[in-house]
Amino acid sequence: MRIWDLHCHLSGVAGLTPEERLGSLLRYADRVGIERLCVYMGMKWVQDPTPDDLTRQNDDVLRALAKHSDRAFGFVYLSARHVERSLAELERCVARGPMVGVKLWVAKRCNDPQIDPIIQRAAELKAVIFQHTWFKTNGNYAGESTPDDLVELARRFPRVPIICGHTGGSWEQGIRAIRDQKNLYADLAGSDPTWGITEMAVRELGAGRVIYGSDSGGRSFASQLAKVHGAQVSEADKEKIFCHNLRSLMLPILKAKGIQA
Amino acid sequence: MIQTAAMAAASLPAAETRSGLIDCNIHLGPHPHRMLPEIDNDFLAARGVDEAWAGSFEALLHRDLAQVNARLARRCAAVPRLRPAGSVNPALPAWEDDLKRCADQHGMRILRLHPNHHGYTLADAPFTRVLEAATEQKMLVQIVAQLEDPRTQTPLMQLPPVDLKPLASIMKPRPEARVMVLNANASMINTALRGCPGTWVDIAMVEGVGGVENLLDLWPPDKLCFGSHAPFFYWESAALKLQESVLGEAALQAVRRGNAAAQLQA
Repeated sequence: MRIWDLHCHLSGVAGLTPEERLGSLLRYADRVGIERLCVYMGMKWVQDPTPDDLTRQNDDVLRALAKHSDRAFGFVYLSARHVERSLAELERCVARGPMVGVKLWVAKRCNDPQIDPIIQRAAELKAVIFQHTWFKTNGNYAGESTPDDLVELARRFPRVPIICGHTGGSWEQGIRAIRDQKNLYADLAGSDPTWGITEMAVRELGAGRVIYGSDSGGRSFASQLAKVHGAQVSEADKEKIFCHNLRSLMLPILKAKGIQA
Repeated sequence: MIQTAAMAAASLPAAETRSGLIDCNIHLGPHPHRMLPEIDNDFLAARGVDEAWAGSFEALLHRDLAQVNARLARRCAAVPRLRPAGSVNPALPAWEDDLKRCADQHGMRILRLHPNHHGYTLADAPFTRVLEAATEQKMLVQIVAQLEDPRTQTPLMQLPPVDLKPLASIMKPRPEARVMVLNANASMINTALRGCPGTWVDIAMVEGVGGVENLLDLWPPDKLCFGSHAPFFYWESAALKLQESVLGEAALQAVRRGNAAAQLQA
């Protein structure tokens, strides 16, 4: 079964350089059968990056990709607090560079229309768009989006597929929140491997809207793979979740860049 | 060449299922807020689990723990691969009787404690009293450090992880006592539990890429056991951790079975 991992980082894994860290991730990925990794953000995380931070973070990923381009895809890290630099980074890293997706994290909630030019340009480039979300019982960060915030954004761009990072963490809430917004996809990554997440996501969203990711290196590949390997869903659905859905979202930009995968 | 590696990776099996495994950390019965699959003989056999140590989810909130433990004993008696881990709540009157029934009536060798659900800390005197009473009965004491990430807990039952720091000073003067901490994460293990005598941990909540092999850089392999935290967690999570991390054969066998088995031979 082909497995592409939507959600990997260069933190939490051994290595002195970005390329060493991605190499380490791939060594572990090989042990558990993962073919491709999507990687975003740099060696040291910055929750509210300055414009220059964004560039440095993306430089780390570009360096790692240069060494491992046949096993990894890069997503450009952007921030709605710095739209001008974010658009410049989109041009540098995606339009003219090797990256194929966009990562939006916790600097500013995504329901704010200030983010719209970023989404608009990313969609024109056919980049895969990933927005981190959580419903934390003990409280989100000030700039941290919930799946409800993402639904507001997705309604403004109903033809643009957007991935709901972590499915909100508290997945019973997250799945319900995004269910009726058909351009939203559920990322399974980065929460404990609690039984039922995949079964509910498939039941409520359909297997075609569910995507495997790990959030490694902070998470093990193992715990996150288990959400799919251990789920009581069909083998056909597992194939969709592990690879087909992400690959389908990515194919337009891969084709445009002449990347075969 | 690298492309070949990618294809080779994609052809790996999901998780190995060789037999001989002891799973130290499962629960039976109804969970308070989630419908979970039942763990039975077929579930365990299909995963190569020879023996699973089962606590009861009912023990989290029920006060009639004598009945909870009796139900658990009956369920485990019907499934040869299950070994019951009874529970007591030292905040309840006459908890000593619950402990005595676990040992004498049900022949239980394992006691599972839920300090955060039952509202006491390891620094409180009742914990020490339970530990001493269980040790007298030659029982292994399992302490559940946490059941769920605080970020995803239901708002009506928010419980921080158990503070494990007091354990070392409690264990040092009690060399006969044996404790297994379930669901500790790597940070708890490498700080609060480091050097704690008579203490074992399981892998259920050891996270991070290569988490188990990284843990063994600091934690002794003879103090680590396989625990899945099923059915709250997908069982495959723990199994895949032993595929993601490379352990030597001796350490692997110790984690899969030997370390746990030794606890019940003592």
